[in-house]
Amino acid sequence: MPDLIEKNVPAQGAAGSAEPKPEKPRSLGLDAWHDLRKRPVFIISAALIVLLVAFAIAPSLFTSVDPRAGDLQHHYLTKPNYLHFFQADWFGYDGQGRSIYARMIYGARASVVVGICVTAGVTVLGGLAGMAAGYYGGWVDTVISRVTDMFFGIPLLLGALVVLNAFTTRTVWSVVFALVALGWTQMTRVMRGSVITVKQSDFVTAARALGAGTGRIMFKHILPNAIAPVIVVATIALGGYIATEATLSFLGIGLQDPTISWGIDINSAQKVIRTAPFALFFPAGMLSVTVLAFIMLGDAVRDALDPKLR
Amino acid sequence: MGHYILRRVLQMIPVFFGATLLIFLMVYSLPGDPIAAMFGDKAADPATVANLKHQYYLDQPLWKQYLHYMNNILHLDFGTSFTGRPVSEIMKDAFPVTIRLALVAFFFEIVIGLPLGLIAGLKRGSIADTLVLLITLIVISIPVFVLGYIAQTVFAINLGWVTATVQDSRDITQLILPGLVLASLSLAYVARLTRTSIGENLRADYMRTAVAKGLPRRTVIGRHLLRNSLIPVVTFLGTDLGALMGGAIVTEGIFNIAGVGNVLYRAINQKEGPTVVGIVTVLVIVYLVASLVVDLLYAVLDPRIRYA
Repeated sequence: MPDLIEKNVPAQGAAGSAEPKPEKPRSLGLDAWHDLRKRPVFIISAALIVLLVAFAIAPSLFTSVDPRAGDLQHHYLTKPNYLHFFQADWFGYDGQGRSIYARMIYGARASVVVGICVTAGVTVLGGLAGMAAGYYGGWVDTVISRVTDMFFGIPLLLGALVVLNAFTTRTVWSVVFALVALGWTQMTRVMRGSVITVKQSDFVTAARALGAGTGRIMFKHILPNAIAPVIVVATIALGGYIATEATLSFLGIGLQDPTISWGIDINSAQKVIRTAPFALFFPAGMLSVTVLAFIMLGDAVRDALDPKLR
Repeated sequence: MGHYILRRVLQMIPVFFGATLLIFLMVYSLPGDPIAAMFGDKAADPATVANLKHQYYLDQPLWKQYLHYMNNILHLDFGTSFTGRPVSEIMKDAFPVTIRLALVAFFFEIVIGLPLGLIAGLKRGSIADTLVLLITLIVISIPVFVLGYIAQTVFAINLGWVTATVQDSRDITQLILPGLVLASLSLAYVARLTRTSIGENLRADYMRTAVAKGLPRRTVIGRHLLRNSLIPVVTFLGTDLGALMGGAIVTEGIFNIAGVGNVLYRAINQKEGPTVVGIVTVLVIVYLVASLVVDLLYAVLDPRIRYA
């Protein structure tokens, strides 16, 4: 039976005394950064994300092949040559004879841009609404909370389908618009809860007693202390938004053809899954690794910012 | 308790009207003319268009349309689709299929997700724990449409264990594979949630007491640990069942299941306003009821929570 009860007390004490030399006190962010640097999960996911962002910024560094140049001579039936590293036929060709490897690299841009822009938009918009609801309380809180509830009643994917269906030509920005417009409420809930907790702290009362104005209390005192849960949720959600973009493109209501998206490629590859499974496998693998990297990053950030959850 | 339920139900009313108004505006105020689309490439006869618009109430201002629609909903009339079929009839065909699929998926979430989380949580840091964490992480990161095609190719086409698409949703064996694919994401969450919750409760004082007074291991785990650890899991499962009832656009599409998700996807593409709004209205009600039930369940499971 002894394994049922963990001996947690000495473990925490040891961690605390492992820092022998007295340092100047660190902020939560700095503390988290010190903690993160030592985690293998963080290092792996950060390396993957850096690579992806490099794909997104300068895809031509990784392949000299034009991802939109189709040569029907190749088509699906030309089997991939796995020894031709970094060449056009490394992972074979898609239905229009375009290099799957080049499209994998170029597809990163749409995913990364959608992921980052949606997360930024949702965090700013939802964060401000959550801050207002949590700080002012009363009828402001009631109105914002009920509006949040309304959006929660409509699933994100479903709402995005309806909104995007109205666009005849859809770019990365229409997808970003649809996802921000429907997704901001998630951050509102997180921010509101966090602000309500922090608002009751003594330092907020102290700041008010010293005559600090509303704006100063909100953004100088409450925000830095309430932002941690928002950052965690935002990081994990980033992977989710990338997956949602791919799902929308896969369903044919997301990005459209001149834009290169893994979702579109997966959709066109599913018709030939029996004869050319590689055409589905490689873009799907890229997509999954991307989502995985952001989820792992979010996990690591959460562990670093909130030691209680470990 | 009665007061709490009453307050919650009253709070649900503005949310219901708000959410339906939201979807109504999204469907009807965005560009695209469904009536003109009915004529295809041919030039539409203006008299017929006017007649159809009048019939579907589309010649009225938007707010009047919404009030008219809500009035009908309160009389349980969901209107007629642009093809002339009553929306209630469309839903009557689609919902049983989706409910069957949802129940199969829900079954897998409990039967596979819970034990995985239990094993991992009890033996933290063991190989089993690491394996569960790794597998759930992979399942969470692979998008469901990729997982669906892989499962379909491997189990239906290569191995031939099941049929690739669902021909008859009343045959449970055909729903096993789609149910598993649909359940995969939530299953991984259930396993992780159970693991975390068990890990937290293992350190609780009542556990030390139970072990110290010499209770058998099975009683300690079954009666003390599990009951307390399952509270967050049950609330997750409750919300998830509500979400599953809403149909799965992707899974139903891959396995050709004629459920709510499939009908909804087609209706959105064809700008079938009445069908989309009708189904989403029902989904909003399902969501509201599910979240109410979850909140009440919370109080039943955890006596520390009392709704005065």
